Amino acid sequence: MKKLLQLLEEDCTLTHEQLASMSGMTVEEVEKTIRMYEEEKIVLGYKAIVDWDRTDREAVTALIEVKVTPQRGEGFDRVAERIYQYDEVESVYLMSGAFDLTVIISGRTLKEVAQFVGQRLATLEDVTGTATHFILKKYKEKHLIFEKAEEQERELIFS
Amino acid sequence: MNYENILSDRIKNVQPSGIRRFFDILEEMKDAISLGIGEPDFVTPWHIRDAGIYSLEKGFTKYTSNAGMAELRREIAAYLNRRFDLQYDFASQIIVTVGGSEAIDLTLRCLVNPGDEVIVPVPSFVCYGPLANMAGATPVLVETKAENEFRLTADELRAAITPRTKVLVLPFPNNPTGGIMERKDLEEIAKVLEGTDIMVLSDEIYAELTYGQHHVSPANLPELKDRTIVVNGFSKSHAMTGWRMGYVCGPKEIIRQMLKLHQFGIMSAPTVSQYAAVEAMRNGDVDIEKMRDEYDGRRRYLVEGLRRIGLPCFEPKGAFYVFPDIRSSGLSSDEFCERFLMEEKVAVISGSAFGPGGEGFVRCCYATGMKDIAEALTRMDNFLTNLRKKQAREG
Repeated sequence: MKKLLQLLEEDCTLTHEQLASMSGMTVEEVEKTIRMYEEEKIVLGYKAIVDWDRTDREAVTALIEVKVTPQRGEGFDRVAERIYQYDEVESVYLMSGAFDLTVIISGRTLKEVAQFVGQRLATLEDVTGTATHFILKKYKEKHLIFEKAEEQERELIFS
Repeated sequence: MNYENILSDRIKNVQPSGIRRFFDILEEMKDAISLGIGEPDFVTPWHIRDAGIYSLEKGFTKYTSNAGMAELRREIAAYLNRRFDLQYDFASQIIVTVGGSEAIDLTLRCLVNPGDEVIVPVPSFVCYGPLANMAGATPVLVETKAENEFRLTADELRAAITPRTKVLVLPFPNNPTGGIMERKDLEEIAKVLEGTDIMVLSDEIYAELTYGQHHVSPANLPELKDRTIVVNGFSKSHAMTGWRMGYVCGPKEIIRQMLKLHQFGIMSAPTVSQYAAVEAMRNGDVDIEKMRDEYDGRRRYLVEGLRRIGLPCFEPKGAFYVFPDIRSSGLSSDEFCERFLMEEKVAVISGSAFGPGGEGFVRCCYATGMKDIAEALTRMDNFLTNLRKKQAREG
Protein backbone atom coordinates (compact mmCIF):
# COMPACT_ATOMS: atom_id res chain seq x y z
CA MET A 1 0.00 0.00 0.00
CA LYS A 2 1.25 3.47 -0.83
CA LYS A 3 1.90 6.03 1.84
CA LEU A 4 0.05 9.32 1.92
CA LEU A 5 3.13 11.39 1.13
CA GLN A 6 3.95 9.27 -1.90
CA LEU A 7 0.38 9.58 -3.19
CA LEU A 8 0.46 13.36 -2.76
CA GLU A 9 3.78 13.65 -4.52
CA GLU A 10 2.45 11.73 -7.50
CA ASP A 11 -0.88 13.55 -7.76
CA CYS A 12 -1.87 16.32 -5.39
CA THR A 13 -5.29 16.69 -7.05
CA LEU A 14 -6.56 13.47 -5.43
CA THR A 15 -9.45 14.22 -3.09
CA HIS A 16 -9.19 13.48 0.61
CA GLU A 17 -11.65 10.61 0.12
CA GLN A 18 -9.46 9.13 -2.60
CA LEU A 19 -6.32 9.57 -0.52
CA ALA A 20 -8.03 7.91 2.42
CA SER A 21 -9.09 4.83 0.44
CA MET A 22 -5.76 4.51 -1.29
CA SER A 23 -3.65 4.83 1.85
CA GLY A 24 -5.93 2.84 4.14
CA MET A 25 -6.50 5.87 6.41
CA THR A 26 -9.71 7.60 7.44
CA VAL A 27 -10.59 10.95 5.87
CA GLU A 28 -10.03 12.63 9.25
CA GLU A 29 -6.56 11.09 9.55
CA VAL A 30 -5.72 12.24 6.04
CA GLU A 31 -6.79 15.80 6.78
CA LYS A 32 -4.91 15.90 10.04
CA THR A 33 -1.76 14.45 8.53
CA ILE A 34 -1.79 16.82 5.56
CA ARG A 35 -2.16 19.78 7.94
CA MET A 36 0.84 18.51 9.87
CA TYR A 37 2.86 18.07 6.64
CA GLU A 38 2.10 21.63 5.66
CA GLU A 39 2.91 23.07 9.07
CA GLU A 40 6.18 21.16 9.28
CA LYS A 41 7.02 22.17 5.70
CA ILE A 42 7.26 18.53 4.73
CA VAL A 43 4.87 19.51 1.95
CA LEU A 44 6.02 22.89 0.62
CA GLY A 45 3.18 23.52 -1.78
CA TYR A 46 1.08 22.27 -4.69
CA LYS A 47 1.72 23.42 -8.24
CA ALA A 48 0.84 22.50 -11.79
CA ILE A 49 3.54 21.59 -14.29
CA VAL A 50 2.83 23.85 -17.29
CA ASP A 51 4.14 23.50 -20.81
CA TRP A 52 4.27 27.19 -21.77
CA ASP A 53 5.35 26.26 -25.28
CA ARG A 54 1.78 25.18 -25.95
CA THR A 55 0.55 28.67 -25.09
CA ASP A 56 1.10 32.13 -26.56
CA ARG A 57 3.16 33.20 -23.59
CA GLU A 58 6.90 33.53 -24.17
CA ALA A 59 9.02 31.89 -21.51
CA VAL A 60 12.75 31.36 -21.23
CA THR A 61 14.44 29.16 -18.67
CA ALA A 62 18.15 29.07 -17.96
CA LEU A 63 20.34 26.89 -15.81
CA ILE A 64 23.26 28.80 -14.35
CA GLU A 65 26.33 27.27 -12.82
CA VAL A 66 27.55 29.60 -10.10
CA LYS A 67 30.90 29.58 -8.32
CA VAL A 68 30.95 31.33 -4.97
CA THR A 69 33.25 31.94 -2.04
CA PRO A 70 31.83 30.25 1.03
CA GLN A 71 31.58 32.40 4.11
CA ARG A 72 33.04 31.71 7.50
CA GLY A 73 30.51 30.08 9.77
CA GLU A 74 27.73 30.02 7.20
CA GLY A 75 29.24 28.10 4.31
CA PHE A 76 27.16 28.51 1.21
CA ASP A 77 23.83 29.15 2.91
CA ARG A 78 24.15 32.90 3.20
CA VAL A 79 24.93 33.46 -0.48
CA ALA A 80 22.34 30.91 -1.57
CA GLU A 81 19.77 32.80 0.46
CA ARG A 82 20.74 36.08 -1.19
CA ILE A 83 20.22 34.43 -4.57
CA TYR A 84 16.95 32.63 -3.92
CA GLN A 85 15.22 35.77 -2.65
CA TYR A 86 14.87 36.99 -6.23
CA ASP A 87 11.48 36.19 -7.75
CA GLU A 88 13.07 35.22 -11.06
CA VAL A 89 14.87 32.34 -9.37
CA GLU A 90 12.95 29.08 -9.64
CA SER A 91 15.37 26.71 -7.93
CA VAL A 92 18.73 26.77 -6.21
CA TYR A 93 20.75 23.68 -5.43
CA LEU A 94 24.13 23.26 -3.73
CA MET A 95 26.26 21.00 -5.89
CA SER A 96 29.27 18.80 -5.54
CA GLY A 97 31.87 19.05 -8.27
CA ALA A 98 33.25 21.79 -10.48
CA PHE A 99 30.90 24.57 -9.37
CA ASP A 100 28.92 25.33 -6.24
CA LEU A 101 25.35 26.35 -6.96
CA THR A 102 22.89 25.50 -9.72
CA VAL A 103 20.45 28.34 -10.15
CA ILE A 104 17.44 27.87 -12.41
CA ILE A 105 15.77 31.08 -13.45
CA SER A 106 12.91 31.86 -15.76
CA GLY A 107 11.99 35.06 -17.53
CA ARG A 108 9.87 36.29 -20.40
CA THR A 109 12.75 36.88 -22.83
CA LEU A 110 16.36 35.97 -23.36
CA LYS A 111 17.32 39.56 -22.67
CA GLU A 112 15.50 39.55 -19.35
CA VAL A 113 17.40 36.46 -18.23
CA ALA A 114 20.74 37.79 -19.47
CA GLN A 115 20.19 41.03 -17.62
CA PHE A 116 19.40 39.22 -14.42
CA VAL A 117 22.61 37.21 -14.62
CA GLY A 118 24.80 40.15 -15.60
CA GLN A 119 23.37 42.76 -13.26
CA ARG A 120 22.13 40.84 -10.23
CA LEU A 121 23.80 37.48 -9.97
CA ALA A 122 27.32 38.10 -11.24
CA THR A 123 27.65 41.29 -9.25
CA LEU A 124 27.07 39.65 -5.87
CA GLU A 125 30.35 40.00 -3.99
CA ASP A 126 30.72 36.30 -3.13
CA VAL A 127 30.00 35.12 -6.68
CA THR A 128 33.26 34.43 -8.45
CA GLY A 129 31.94 33.12 -11.75
CA THR A 130 28.83 32.09 -13.71
CA ALA A 131 28.10 29.95 -16.76
CA THR A 132 24.63 30.34 -18.24
CA HIS A 133 22.92 27.56 -20.19
CA PHE A 134 19.62 28.32 -21.84
CA ILE A 135 17.12 25.48 -21.90
CA LEU A 136 16.06 24.90 -25.50
CA LYS A 137 13.39 22.30 -25.05
CA LYS A 138 11.85 20.48 -22.14
CA TYR A 139 11.24 16.78 -22.59
CA LYS A 140 10.38 15.62 -19.11
CA GLU A 141 9.89 17.24 -15.74
CA LYS A 142 8.92 15.61 -12.43
CA HIS A 143 8.22 12.33 -14.25
CA LEU A 144 5.86 14.08 -16.70
CA ILE A 145 6.59 13.94 -20.42
CA PHE A 146 5.91 17.08 -22.44
CA GLU A 147 5.21 15.35 -25.75
CA LYS A 148 1.71 13.99 -26.32
CA ALA A 149 1.81 10.20 -26.57
CA GLU A 150 0.80 8.63 -29.88
CA GLU A 151 -2.17 6.31 -29.66
CA GLN A 152 -1.76 2.72 -30.71
CA GLU A 153 -4.21 1.48 -33.33
CA ARG A 154 -6.31 -1.05 -31.57
CA GLU A 155 -9.66 -2.67 -31.10
CA LEU A 156 -11.38 -3.40 -27.83
CA ILE A 157 -10.57 -6.97 -26.91
CA PHE A 158 -12.63 -8.92 -24.43
CA SER A 159 -10.17 -10.27 -21.89
CA MET B 1 -20.60 -23.29 -51.59
CA ASN B 2 -22.57 -24.25 -48.55
CA TYR B 3 -20.01 -23.55 -45.88
CA GLU B 4 -22.44 -24.58 -43.16
CA ASN B 5 -22.00 -28.17 -44.29
CA ILE B 6 -18.26 -27.79 -44.61
CA LEU B 7 -17.36 -26.25 -41.26
CA SER B 8 -16.59 -28.58 -38.38
CA ASP B 9 -19.38 -29.24 -35.93
CA ARG B 10 -17.04 -28.33 -33.11
CA ILE B 11 -16.37 -24.80 -34.32
CA LYS B 12 -20.02 -24.22 -35.19
CA ASN B 13 -20.95 -25.17 -31.64
CA VAL B 14 -18.63 -22.53 -30.19
CA GLN B 15 -20.75 -19.52 -29.35
CA PRO B 16 -19.33 -16.12 -30.32
CA SER B 17 -18.88 -13.76 -27.41
CA GLY B 18 -21.97 -11.63 -26.90
CA ILE B 19 -19.82 -8.77 -25.75
CA ARG B 20 -18.78 -7.74 -29.27
CA ARG B 21 -21.95 -5.71 -29.93
CA PHE B 22 -21.47 -3.86 -26.66
CA PHE B 23 -17.87 -3.04 -27.57
CA ASP B 24 -18.99 -1.78 -30.98
CA ILE B 25 -21.28 0.76 -29.31
CA LEU B 26 -18.50 1.72 -26.92
CA GLU B 27 -15.99 2.23 -29.71
CA GLU B 28 -18.33 4.67 -31.45
CA MET B 29 -18.83 6.71 -28.28
CA LYS B 30 -16.33 9.52 -28.08
CA ASP B 31 -16.33 10.62 -24.45
CA ALA B 32 -17.20 7.34 -22.80
CA ILE B 33 -15.35 6.12 -19.71
CA SER B 34 -14.44 2.49 -19.86
CA LEU B 35 -14.12 0.22 -16.87
CA GLY B 36 -14.64 -2.54 -19.39
CA ILE B 37 -11.30 -3.53 -20.80
CA GLY B 38 -9.39 -6.16 -18.85
CA GLU B 39 -5.93 -4.89 -19.65
CA PRO B 40 -3.32 -2.92 -17.71
CA ASP B 41 -3.40 0.79 -18.48
CA PHE B 42 0.37 0.93 -18.01
CA VAL B 43 2.78 0.79 -20.90
CA THR B 44 5.38 -1.98 -20.65
CA PRO B 45 8.26 -0.63 -18.49
CA TRP B 46 10.91 0.99 -20.65
CA HIS B 47 13.82 -1.29 -19.73
CA ILE B 48 11.77 -4.25 -20.96
CA ARG B 49 10.82 -2.50 -24.21
CA ASP B 50 14.44 -1.49 -24.62
CA ALA B 51 15.61 -5.10 -24.29
CA GLY B 52 13.24 -6.02 -27.12
CA ILE B 53 14.55 -3.16 -29.27
CA TYR B 54 18.16 -4.13 -28.52
CA SER B 55 17.52 -7.71 -29.64
CA LEU B 56 16.24 -6.36 -32.96
CA GLU B 57 19.29 -4.12 -33.33
CA LYS B 58 21.47 -7.16 -32.82
CA GLY B 59 19.54 -8.98 -35.52
CA PHE B 60 18.13 -11.69 -33.24
CA THR B 61 15.22 -12.41 -35.52
CA LYS B 62 15.35 -16.17 -36.03
CA TYR B 63 13.25 -18.92 -34.44
CA THR B 64 14.26 -19.93 -30.95
CA SER B 65 14.15 -23.51 -29.73
CA ASN B 66 10.58 -24.81 -29.73
CA ALA B 67 10.21 -24.65 -25.98
CA GLY B 68 11.58 -21.10 -25.90
CA MET B 69 15.09 -19.77 -25.29
CA ALA B 70 16.91 -21.73 -22.60
CA GLU B 71 17.96 -18.42 -21.06
CA LEU B 72 14.33 -17.37 -20.73
CA ARG B 73 13.22 -20.71 -19.32
CA ARG B 74 16.03 -20.51 -16.77
CA GLU B 75 14.86 -17.04 -15.78
CA ILE B 76 11.24 -18.20 -15.54
CA ALA B 77 12.29 -21.10 -13.31
CA ALA B 78 14.26 -18.70 -11.09
CA TYR B 79 11.34 -16.26 -10.99
CA LEU B 80 8.79 -18.94 -10.04
CA ASN B 81 11.10 -20.13 -7.29
CA ARG B 82 11.79 -16.60 -6.03
CA ARG B 83 8.25 -15.23 -6.14
CA PHE B 84 6.02 -18.27 -5.57
CA ASP B 85 8.25 -20.97 -4.13
CA LEU B 86 7.54 -23.18 -7.16
CA GLN B 87 10.29 -25.46 -8.42
CA TYR B 88 10.38 -26.42 -12.10
CA ASP B 89 13.24 -27.73 -14.19
CA PHE B 90 13.82 -25.28 -17.02
CA ALA B 91 14.92 -28.01 -19.42
CA SER B 92 12.02 -30.41 -19.10
CA GLN B 93 9.13 -28.72 -17.33
CA ILE B 94 8.57 -25.32 -18.97
CA ILE B 95 7.34 -24.22 -22.40
CA VAL B 96 7.23 -20.56 -23.43
CA THR B 97 3.89 -19.97 -25.15
CA VAL B 98 2.11 -17.28 -27.14
CA GLY B 99 0.33 -15.77 -24.16
CA GLY B 100 -1.37 -17.67 -21.36
CA SER B 101 -4.15 -18.43 -23.84
CA GLU B 102 -2.01 -20.80 -25.88
CA ALA B 103 -0.88 -22.48 -22.68
CA ILE B 104 -4.52 -23.13 -21.72
CA ASP B 105 -5.27 -24.49 -25.19
CA LEU B 106 -2.19 -26.75 -25.14
CA THR B 107 -3.07 -28.13 -21.73
CA LEU B 108 -6.65 -28.96 -22.63
CA ARG B 109 -5.79 -30.46 -25.99
CA CYS B 110 -3.06 -32.62 -24.51
CA LEU B 111 -5.15 -33.94 -21.65
CA VAL B 112 -8.67 -34.64 -22.86
CA ASN B 113 -10.21 -37.36 -25.00
CA PRO B 114 -13.58 -36.91 -26.73
CA GLY B 115 -16.32 -37.16 -24.14
CA ASP B 116 -14.09 -36.23 -21.20
CA GLU B 117 -15.36 -33.56 -18.87
CA VAL B 118 -13.58 -30.38 -17.87
CA ILE B 119 -14.82 -28.69 -14.70
CA VAL B 120 -14.85 -24.91 -15.07
CA PRO B 121 -15.76 -22.73 -12.09
CA VAL B 122 -17.85 -19.76 -13.25
CA PRO B 123 -18.03 -16.82 -13.39
CA SER B 124 -14.64 -16.89 -15.05
CA PHE B 125 -12.90 -15.80 -18.20
CA VAL B 126 -14.68 -17.12 -21.24
CA CYS B 127 -11.98 -19.18 -22.98
CA TYR B 128 -12.02 -22.45 -21.00
CA GLY B 129 -15.38 -23.76 -22.23
CA PRO B 130 -14.85 -23.11 -25.96
CA LEU B 131 -11.28 -24.47 -25.83
CA ALA B 132 -12.48 -27.58 -24.00
CA ASN B 133 -15.18 -27.95 -26.66
CA MET B 134 -12.67 -27.65 -29.47
CA ALA B 135 -10.58 -30.34 -27.80
CA GLY B 136 -13.64 -32.59 -27.88
CA ALA B 137 -14.39 -32.40 -24.19
CA THR B 138 -17.53 -31.24 -22.43
CA PRO B 139 -17.20 -28.30 -20.09
CA VAL B 140 -19.03 -28.75 -16.79
CA LEU B 141 -19.72 -25.35 -15.30
CA VAL B 142 -19.73 -24.98 -11.52
CA GLU B 143 -21.18 -21.78 -10.14
CA THR B 144 -19.16 -20.20 -7.37
CA LYS B 145 -21.09 -18.03 -4.92
CA ALA B 146 -20.74 -14.47 -3.73
CA GLU B 147 -21.31 -15.64 -0.14
CA ASN B 148 -18.19 -17.83 -0.50
CA GLU B 149 -16.26 -14.91 -1.98
CA PHE B 150 -16.45 -16.76 -5.30
CA ARG B 151 -14.10 -19.51 -4.13
CA LEU B 152 -14.61 -23.05 -5.33
CA THR B 153 -15.71 -25.16 -2.36
CA ALA B 154 -15.03 -28.84 -1.84
CA ASP B 155 -18.76 -29.61 -1.89
CA GLU B 156 -19.31 -27.81 -5.18
CA LEU B 157 -16.40 -29.69 -6.69
CA ARG B 158 -17.49 -33.06 -5.33
CA ALA B 159 -20.96 -32.62 -6.80
CA ALA B 160 -19.52 -31.90 -10.26
CA ILE B 161 -17.14 -34.85 -10.49
CA THR B 162 -18.18 -37.83 -12.63
CA PRO B 163 -16.20 -40.83 -13.90
CA ARG B 164 -15.53 -38.77 -17.07
CA THR B 165 -13.95 -35.83 -15.28
CA LYS B 166 -10.44 -35.28 -16.61
CA VAL B 167 -9.49 -31.70 -15.81
CA LEU B 168 -10.36 -29.17 -13.12
CA VAL B 169 -9.70 -25.58 -14.15
CA LEU B 170 -8.73 -23.30 -11.26
CA PRO B 171 -8.90 -19.73 -12.59
CA PHE B 172 -7.61 -17.87 -9.56
CA PRO B 173 -7.05 -14.99 -8.88
CA ASN B 174 -10.28 -14.76 -10.77
CA ASN B 175 -11.41 -12.65 -13.65
CA PRO B 176 -14.11 -11.24 -13.22
CA THR B 177 -14.77 -11.67 -9.50
CA GLY B 178 -11.37 -10.89 -7.98
CA GLY B 179 -11.79 -14.00 -5.83
CA ILE B 180 -8.75 -16.04 -4.79
CA MET B 181 -8.10 -19.49 -3.36
CA GLU B 182 -6.14 -19.52 -0.12
CA ARG B 183 -4.03 -22.45 1.03
CA LYS B 184 -6.83 -23.82 3.23
CA ASP B 185 -9.25 -23.73 0.28
CA LEU B 186 -6.79 -25.63 -1.90
CA GLU B 187 -6.23 -28.18 0.85
CA GLU B 188 -9.96 -28.94 0.76
CA ILE B 189 -9.83 -29.29 -3.02
CA ALA B 190 -6.84 -31.64 -2.68
CA LYS B 191 -8.83 -33.92 -0.38
CA VAL B 192 -11.59 -34.23 -2.97
CA LEU B 193 -9.14 -35.01 -5.76
CA GLU B 194 -7.18 -37.54 -3.76
CA GLY B 195 -7.27 -40.98 -5.39
CA THR B 196 -8.57 -39.65 -8.73
CA ASP B 197 -6.68 -39.03 -11.99
CA ILE B 198 -8.12 -35.55 -12.35
CA MET B 199 -5.59 -32.97 -13.45
CA VAL B 200 -5.65 -29.34 -12.32
CA LEU B 201 -5.19 -26.56 -14.85
CA SER B 202 -4.24 -23.60 -12.68
CA ASP B 203 -4.52 -20.33 -14.60
CA GLU B 204 -2.37 -17.98 -12.53
CA ILE B 205 -2.10 -15.09 -14.94
CA TYR B 206 -3.18 -12.68 -12.16
CA ALA B 207 -0.99 -14.26 -9.45
CA GLU B 208 1.17 -11.16 -8.99
CA LEU B 209 -1.94 -9.06 -8.49
CA THR B 210 -2.84 -10.52 -5.12
CA TYR B 211 -3.43 -7.94 -2.41
CA GLY B 212 -2.51 -8.14 1.24
CA GLN B 213 -1.27 -11.72 1.04
CA HIS B 214 0.83 -14.02 -1.09
CA HIS B 215 -0.62 -15.97 -3.97
CA VAL B 216 -0.75 -19.70 -3.30
CA SER B 217 -0.59 -22.04 -6.29
CA PRO B 218 -2.09 -25.53 -6.14
CA ALA B 219 1.43 -26.62 -7.12
CA ASN B 220 2.61 -25.30 -3.74
CA LEU B 221 0.74 -28.18 -2.11
CA PRO B 222 2.73 -31.42 -2.26
CA GLU B 223 -0.52 -33.37 -2.59
CA LEU B 224 -1.48 -31.40 -5.72
CA LYS B 225 1.89 -30.69 -7.34
CA ASP B 226 1.99 -33.80 -9.54
CA ARG B 227 -1.50 -33.26 -10.88
CA THR B 228 -1.13 -29.53 -11.53
CA ILE B 229 -0.34 -27.68 -14.75
CA VAL B 230 0.56 -24.06 -13.99
CA VAL B 231 -0.27 -21.47 -16.64
CA ASN B 232 1.14 -17.99 -16.25
CA GLY B 233 2.44 -15.14 -18.37
CA PHE B 234 3.68 -11.59 -18.61
CA SER B 235 0.55 -9.77 -19.77
CA LYS B 236 -0.91 -8.70 -16.44
CA SER B 237 2.15 -8.80 -14.17
CA HIS B 238 4.43 -6.78 -16.46
CA ALA B 239 1.83 -4.92 -18.57
CA MET B 240 2.89 -6.87 -21.65
CA THR B 241 -0.42 -7.92 -23.24
CA GLY B 242 0.62 -7.15 -26.81
CA TRP B 243 3.89 -9.09 -26.57
CA ARG B 244 1.93 -12.35 -26.25
CA MET B 245 4.22 -14.00 -23.73
CA GLY B 246 3.07 -16.83 -21.51
CA TYR B 247 4.34 -20.15 -20.22
CA VAL B 248 3.17 -23.49 -18.99
CA CYS B 249 4.84 -25.66 -16.34
CA GLY B 250 4.09 -29.15 -15.15
CA PRO B 251 5.20 -32.77 -14.94
CA LYS B 252 7.80 -33.48 -17.61
CA GLU B 253 5.84 -36.41 -19.05
CA ILE B 254 3.03 -34.01 -19.93
CA ILE B 255 5.20 -31.08 -20.98
CA ARG B 256 7.06 -33.35 -23.39
CA GLN B 257 3.78 -34.21 -25.13
CA MET B 258 2.62 -30.61 -25.13
CA LEU B 259 5.79 -29.58 -26.84
CA LYS B 260 4.81 -31.67 -29.87
CA LEU B 261 1.62 -29.67 -30.29
CA HIS B 262 3.35 -26.34 -29.66
CA GLN B 263 6.08 -27.29 -32.13
CA PHE B 264 3.65 -28.08 -34.94
CA GLY B 265 1.11 -25.37 -34.20
CA ILE B 266 3.34 -22.46 -33.23
CA MET B 267 7.01 -23.43 -33.79
CA SER B 268 8.32 -21.01 -31.19
CA ALA B 269 7.03 -17.92 -29.42
CA PRO B 270 8.11 -14.56 -30.95
CA THR B 271 11.84 -14.05 -30.50
CA VAL B 272 11.73 -10.31 -29.81
CA SER B 273 9.17 -10.91 -27.08
CA GLN B 274 11.32 -13.59 -25.53
CA TYR B 275 14.28 -11.23 -25.24
CA ALA B 276 12.05 -8.62 -23.62
CA ALA B 277 10.71 -11.31 -21.30
CA VAL B 278 14.23 -12.24 -20.15
CA GLU B 279 14.70 -8.65 -19.02
CA ALA B 280 11.27 -8.66 -17.35
CA MET B 281 12.16 -11.77 -15.36
CA ARG B 282 15.61 -10.54 -14.45
CA ASN B 283 14.92 -6.94 -13.47
CA GLY B 284 11.16 -6.54 -13.41
CA ASP B 285 10.16 -7.37 -9.84
CA VAL B 286 10.21 -3.70 -8.87
CA ASP B 287 7.81 -2.88 -11.73
CA ILE B 288 5.41 -5.54 -10.55
CA GLU B 289 5.31 -4.06 -7.06
CA LYS B 290 4.90 -0.53 -8.33
CA MET B 291 1.95 -1.46 -10.50
CA ARG B 292 0.42 -3.63 -7.81
CA ASP B 293 0.60 -0.75 -5.31
CA GLU B 294 -1.08 1.49 -7.82
CA TYR B 295 -3.86 -1.04 -8.53
CA ASP B 296 -4.30 -1.63 -4.82
CA GLY B 297 -5.06 2.04 -4.18
CA ARG B 298 -7.62 2.14 -6.97
CA ARG B 299 -9.13 -1.14 -5.79
CA ARG B 300 -9.74 0.21 -2.31
CA TYR B 301 -11.20 3.43 -3.66
CA LEU B 302 -13.52 1.68 -6.11
CA VAL B 303 -14.80 -0.84 -3.56
CA GLU B 304 -15.48 1.87 -0.99
CA GLY B 305 -17.10 4.06 -3.64
CA LEU B 306 -19.42 1.33 -4.89
CA ARG B 307 -20.46 0.42 -1.38
CA ARG B 308 -21.09 4.10 -0.58
CA ILE B 309 -23.54 4.42 -3.46
CA GLY B 310 -25.36 1.33 -2.36
CA LEU B 311 -23.96 -1.53 -4.41
CA PRO B 312 -22.80 -4.40 -2.23
CA CYS B 313 -19.53 -5.96 -3.26
CA PHE B 314 -17.16 -8.30 -1.53
CA GLU B 315 -13.58 -7.13 -1.32
CA PRO B 316 -11.68 -8.63 -4.24
CA LYS B 317 -8.29 -9.97 -3.17
CA GLY B 318 -6.81 -10.44 -6.62
CA ALA B 319 -6.72 -9.42 -10.32
CA PHE B 320 -7.92 -5.90 -11.20
CA TYR B 321 -11.68 -6.25 -11.09
CA VAL B 322 -14.46 -5.42 -8.69
CA PHE B 323 -17.66 -7.42 -9.10
CA PRO B 324 -20.53 -5.52 -7.47
CA ASP B 325 -23.96 -7.01 -6.93
CA ILE B 326 -26.45 -4.94 -8.95
CA ARG B 327 -29.60 -6.94 -8.19
CA SER B 328 -31.04 -4.09 -6.11
CA SER B 329 -31.39 -2.11 -9.36
CA GLY B 330 -34.10 -4.50 -10.51
CA LEU B 331 -32.32 -4.79 -13.86
CA SER B 332 -30.63 -7.77 -15.41
CA SER B 333 -26.86 -7.47 -15.80
CA ASP B 334 -27.18 -6.95 -19.55
CA GLU B 335 -29.85 -4.26 -19.16
CA PHE B 336 -27.81 -2.56 -16.46
CA CYS B 337 -24.70 -2.39 -18.62
CA GLU B 338 -26.53 -1.26 -21.73
CA ARG B 339 -28.51 1.46 -19.96
CA PHE B 340 -25.51 2.63 -17.93
CA LEU B 341 -23.55 3.01 -21.15
CA MET B 342 -26.34 4.78 -23.04
CA GLU B 343 -27.43 7.06 -20.19
CA GLU B 344 -24.15 7.84 -18.46
CA LYS B 345 -21.55 6.77 -21.03
CA VAL B 346 -19.70 4.42 -18.74
CA ALA B 347 -18.84 0.88 -19.79
CA VAL B 348 -18.83 -2.00 -17.33
CA ILE B 349 -19.17 -5.61 -18.38
CA SER B 350 -22.22 -7.71 -17.68
CA GLY B 351 -21.51 -10.54 -15.26
CA SER B 352 -23.55 -12.89 -17.44
CA ALA B 353 -20.79 -12.67 -20.09
CA PHE B 354 -18.68 -14.78 -17.71
CA GLY B 355 -21.08 -17.68 -17.51
CA PRO B 356 -23.94 -18.62 -15.22
CA GLY B 357 -23.47 -17.30 -11.73
CA GLY B 358 -22.42 -13.95 -13.12
CA GLU B 359 -26.00 -12.77 -13.61
CA GLY B 360 -26.82 -10.04 -11.09
CA PHE B 361 -23.27 -8.71 -11.11
CA VAL B 362 -21.14 -6.46 -13.31
CA ARG B 363 -17.40 -6.38 -13.79
CA CYS B 364 -15.66 -3.06 -13.20
CA CYS B 365 -12.02 -3.03 -14.16
CA TYR B 366 -9.81 -0.62 -12.21
CA ALA B 367 -6.85 -0.82 -14.56
CA THR B 368 -7.61 2.77 -15.46
CA GLY B 369 -6.72 6.20 -14.06
CA MET B 370 -8.10 7.51 -10.75
CA LYS B 371 -9.85 10.42 -12.43
CA ASP B 372 -11.84 8.06 -14.63
CA ILE B 373 -12.67 5.82 -11.69
CA ALA B 374 -13.88 8.82 -9.68
CA GLU B 375 -15.96 10.11 -12.59
CA ALA B 376 -17.39 6.63 -13.25
CA LEU B 377 -18.49 6.43 -9.60
CA THR B 378 -20.21 9.82 -9.81
CA ARG B 379 -22.03 8.72 -12.95
CA MET B 380 -22.93 5.37 -11.39
CA ASP B 381 -24.45 7.27 -8.45
CA ASN B 382 -26.45 9.43 -10.89
CA PHE B 383 -27.59 6.43 -12.81
CA LEU B 384 -28.82 4.59 -9.73
CA THR B 385 -30.48 7.68 -8.26
CA ASN B 386 -32.37 8.34 -11.50
CA LEU B 387 -33.26 4.70 -11.83
CA ARG B 388 -34.67 4.54 -8.31
CA LYS B 389 -36.67 7.73 -8.84
CA LYS B 390 -38.11 6.37 -12.02
CA GLN B 391 -38.93 3.05 -10.40
CA ALA B 392 -40.63 4.84 -7.49
CA ARG B 393 -42.76 6.90 -9.90
CA GLU B 394 -43.79 3.78 -11.75
CA GLY B 395 -44.58 2.13 -8.44
